[in-house]
Amino acid sequence: FSCSSSGVKPAVATGLVGTVQQQDIMKWNGWGYADSKFFFNKKGQGEFTGKRYRLSGLILPSLKDWFEGTFGANLQHKSPPSLNTSAVAPPSLNEAFVEELKSTGIPFSHDTEDRVFRAHGHCLHEIFSLRDGRVGRCPDMVVWPNCHNDVVKIVELACKHSVCLIPYGGGTSVSSALECPPEETRSIVSLDTSQMNRILWIDEKNLTAHVEAGIIGQDLERLLNESGYCTGHEPDSMEFSSLGGWVATRASGMKKNIYGNIEDLVVHIKMVTPRGVIEKSCQGPRMSTGPDIHHFILGSEGTLGVVTEVTLKIRPIPEYQKYGSVVFPNFQQGVACLREVAKQRCAPASIRLMDNEQFQFGHALKPQVSSIFTSFLDGLKKFYITKFKGFDPHHLCVATLLFEGDREKVLQHEKLVYDIAAKFGGLAAGEDNGQRGYMLTFVIAYLRDLGMEYYVIGESFETSVPWDRWVLDLCRNVKERIVRECKEKGVQFPPLSTCRVTQTYDAGACVYFYFAFNYRGLSDPVHVYEQVEHAAREEILANGGSLSHHHGVGKLRKEWMQETISSVGLGMLKSVKDYLDPNNIFGNRNLL
Amino acid sequence: KDPVLKKRDDFEDILEERRNSSDLRYAFKCYTPVLYRGLTPCKAATLKSMVLQSEQLLHVINQVSAESGESTDVVKDEAAAILEEMAHRLQLRTIRFFAYTLSKAFKALYRSVCVNEEGIQRLQQAMQEHPVVLLPSHRSYMDFLMMSYILYTYDLSLPVIAAGMDFLGMKFVGEMLRMSGAFFIRRSFGGDQLYWAVFSEYVKTMLRKGYAPIEFFLEGTRSRTCKSLTPKLGLLNIVMEPFFKGEVFDVNLVPVSMSYERVLEESLYARELLGVPKPKESTSGLLKARKILSEDYGSMHVYFSPPVSVRSLAQGRINRSQFNLTPRHVAQKPSEETQAFVNDVAYRIVRLQQENMVVKPWVLVATLLLQSVEGMELTELMEQTSWLRDLARMFGAFLDWPGTRPLNSKVVLGGPVIRRLPVHIPIRQVEGPQGPETPEEALFNRAVSVLSCASYRNQVLHVFLRPALLAMALSNANSSRKEDIYSCFDFLRNVFSDEFILSPGASVQDFDEACHLLVKCGAVELLHQDVVMAESGRTVLSFLTLLLEPFLQGYQVVCRYLREEATENLTEKQFIPAVRSFAVKLHLSGSLKCYEVLSSDLQKNALNALIRLNVVRRDGLMSNQVAIVSSIHGMLIHSAFSLEN
Repeated sequence: FSCSSSGVKPAVATGLVGTVQQQDIMKWNGWGYADSKFFFNKKGQGEFTGKRYRLSGLILPSLKDWFEGTFGANLQHKSPPSLNTSAVAPPSLNEAFVEELKSTGIPFSHDTEDRVFRAHGHCLHEIFSLRDGRVGRCPDMVVWPNCHNDVVKIVELACKHSVCLIPYGGGTSVSSALECPPEETRSIVSLDTSQMNRILWIDEKNLTAHVEAGIIGQDLERLLNESGYCTGHEPDSMEFSSLGGWVATRASGMKKNIYGNIEDLVVHIKMVTPRGVIEKSCQGPRMSTGPDIHHFILGSEGTLGVVTEVTLKIRPIPEYQKYGSVVFPNFQQGVACLREVAKQRCAPASIRLMDNEQFQFGHALKPQVSSIFTSFLDGLKKFYITKFKGFDPHHLCVATLLFEGDREKVLQHEKLVYDIAAKFGGLAAGEDNGQRGYMLTFVIAYLRDLGMEYYVIGESFETSVPWDRWVLDLCRNVKERIVRECKEKGVQFPPLSTCRVTQTYDAGACVYFYFAFNYRGLSDPVHVYEQVEHAAREEILANGGSLSHHHGVGKLRKEWMQETISSVGLGMLKSVKDYLDPNNIFGNRNLL
Repeated sequence: KDPVLKKRDDFEDILEERRNSSDLRYAFKCYTPVLYRGLTPCKAATLKSMVLQSEQLLHVINQVSAESGESTDVVKDEAAAILEEMAHRLQLRTIRFFAYTLSKAFKALYRSVCVNEEGIQRLQQAMQEHPVVLLPSHRSYMDFLMMSYILYTYDLSLPVIAAGMDFLGMKFVGEMLRMSGAFFIRRSFGGDQLYWAVFSEYVKTMLRKGYAPIEFFLEGTRSRTCKSLTPKLGLLNIVMEPFFKGEVFDVNLVPVSMSYERVLEESLYARELLGVPKPKESTSGLLKARKILSEDYGSMHVYFSPPVSVRSLAQGRINRSQFNLTPRHVAQKPSEETQAFVNDVAYRIVRLQQENMVVKPWVLVATLLLQSVEGMELTELMEQTSWLRDLARMFGAFLDWPGTRPLNSKVVLGGPVIRRLPVHIPIRQVEGPQGPETPEEALFNRAVSVLSCASYRNQVLHVFLRPALLAMALSNANSSRKEDIYSCFDFLRNVFSDEFILSPGASVQDFDEACHLLVKCGAVELLHQDVVMAESGRTVLSFLTLLLEPFLQGYQVVCRYLREEATENLTEKQFIPAVRSFAVKLHLSGSLKCYEVLSSDLQKNALNALIRLNVVRRDGLMSNQVAIVSSIHGMLIHSAFSLEN
């Protein structure tokens, strides 16, 4: 393999796999693909556009009622975005750096659009400002290295000319990690890894694949599938997030119960730092060679260097996949069941538990039913669960399941899990509900954009927490804190504050919160939002939750790092940073 | 902040309706209280088994079993027996019985029982949202009966009440109380790990479940002097823990101020303070006491303060993540930070109780009379009472005054005030019925009168306390410089902090408050760095100094006793009778005029203060000896007291 640099900005659809510029098919001020979005049609019915998702092109009759009922929002009250791209400050370029970069032939750009696109992640405040046409400090230019060696050259030049580098993968950060530090006086260069997107080799004997770190999740999976393999790593952002980003944030995939989280998947990492290239000399499956240097890289959030190549474990594509779902009379029973499943170590590839509010939300996204028969069947199911089984529709909650493997084993496994669920009052609620649950994961981010059109803002955040009663108590306390803080901060409508358990472990679980409110009547909604989220995080920490399970720290949660890992721990990380990058070339100021 | 500006709710007499409608119908009324929203109702028996099966208790049972070598089953049985002895068996039948009988009794005893209904509404709201802890002041056995009665009347959840084991000694009555929601705890169980575990888990289970509001007396026991007592922290610690550990979102503390025009146990208290042992709680004693039903105990005021959220108090003070590293069922010794916090909360609650205590006119009358043992003219008394009323009002007292006009002679003479003044006024010596008495008897009788009278004055002490300490500091400080006066104030405050329940950390705050009040009433002026008496301030300042004079003298006598008579091996048990006879001796010889030093309450407080200030040392836990440290420190204190004289 040889790396070729053309010297021009990569064009759309050059024919090479994955070289399609994400930027050209994605929204610049919202989530995901430009062609996919929710909207209310003239009849006031919800619809989802595009062709990419199961929900695409369908009418969602209950969305409006849920939306208006939950947030007190009104379709008459629109808050359309005001576009104003001229607000971007002109780039401050480091001429010497640009000159030398030109001679390497690595493509770069200081086009405003390119710069703005890489100036943000998907935190609420970032998107909200963009919709308002407000843009803060932007990278002054963007470079597109094509391979590891390009990165080495760029880092060398950056060190030589004192330029600040910010690595950019898929841009799905929700921790303010991509925000350019406003106090940065040097020229900021966004290092976009999107062109480093090849699978370099697949080793079927050892079941490993060596991949360039810029590859986007769904491309990686698709390409491996073509050879009959998969990584099984499926974070909710996998449509857009990159392998390098996963490594840099310690990502977690939906199916980690079978495949493991990113730290379990990587066998070898190559990273370019200002001090030089760091990598191990072999690919042994486990080593006792002092503290694992991979763990300095995993979760370093772009503060130490650029991950360029990764060797990952791969698995043959599973023979059989089956979704499933279980209804529980209440959240408490549901959590108890998940705990038991974790205890018996028989968790399916994925098991998630939504609380009642999310269950209701899932219903709002049910498409129009095609026949009277299905609607009759739905009615019958509802009757059975609420009237016959006596479940209170305002308390019941749903677990969604995904099984994978040999057909026979899957069926056995399924029975085992349903038997456990039955002990906690759970009733099997069908494959369809399960599948819809997972589909929601991908479209929920689009829904925020819809909300913003109607004065509703919101976001999700996550934590991990030990089992015993912390899971329940933490969920209750955090939800209550959110409601209370909203009231105190003058939010005039009750907020949506809901949670779900998305991962189980031997010793605890990962909990995901969704929080949104109608901000009509507030002069600075984003500030209110941030205060509430801050309070919610304090509540999480006070209740024994972690600072983050997989979103990372970025700049958003930096203030709690010291209390989280102790000042000595922080000092250890700082000394690594000082050794690798004494001049703070990788100056995104995340984490530390 | 200006305490006077504090807005208080209006009162409603709950007996009025009782006088106009059937008590029986009232006892059988439909009772459907609003419940805590998180509650799944359960029976008292279910509650017990929950406690016995709790991880917390099982953990301690295993520990005790490992330490003692007993099998866990034996220890479990022990725990079950403890719980059996402790647990309440709240049932509506008994409540209805009490509702009926207490209606009759209260109507006979009291002219009115006034409750602030807004407080009740706030309480109702709070009860739905979070577990509630009711913290009434404790002056009489009536307190907890009255609390349950009021909650029943307003259709609120009935509380479970922490009561002393002594009640169980009363046949039948103890069990009745148990069935009306009392649970019984031993007065002391210092080292008993199992007992503590059962007890704390029982309380916490009820709290976490939101089973019922939990009621206990911060002061631990009835105050015999009508002054607040130093708060006990054990139970307060227990009820806050579920919040610290994230088991509940919040806990609401509701201070309740119960003010009596005349306390049922009034005459008993004065005798108890003078060393006559407290009658043992017994059913026959209770039946004998029914003669009190024919007496008039005036009116009663119950004020429910706004709920205090533990969460907001703990904001910025308690780092709850300190509990993250140990499983929640393992009991942790509270950190220093936590202890200090709980202590502050306790003092704060006591202060809130005091602030909303209703002060009656003769409390002021008694205060004035105690300052002029020789007596005074009625017109002068009236004038002074009016003056004092205005001063008290300015200092933020919660006065219940007949009418808005100044007290006139008619009110004093013909009206209810003086005739209902329920103590013998020590203006003239009251002759005992059995003719001439020994000097000791005379002294005792007079002391009973003075101490009874003092128990009225004590009800208004909290209003004047801080300015009075400042007044005293002003007359004793070396200069008029603010720092000097403050250090004198701080010293006095420190000496008297057991006597008047002053929070250890709030000296500066108290000083500022005292300055503010004295400036406001024109008694002192603040000039640059100086605090000086104003022209017109003499009356106020001398009143305030005289107010604390008996306490000062009392403490001096205690010091004198320790210096002049106490031996090396004085035990705490001997201390009180010894001081008493020392004081009696001084009295009989005519060199002491102050009666309050005869009060065992003052003697105990003085001893505690001296121990706290390292003047006196407790030697070893076993012997309970008080060794006198004749250190320079002690001399200092002594000289300070002499100075003031």
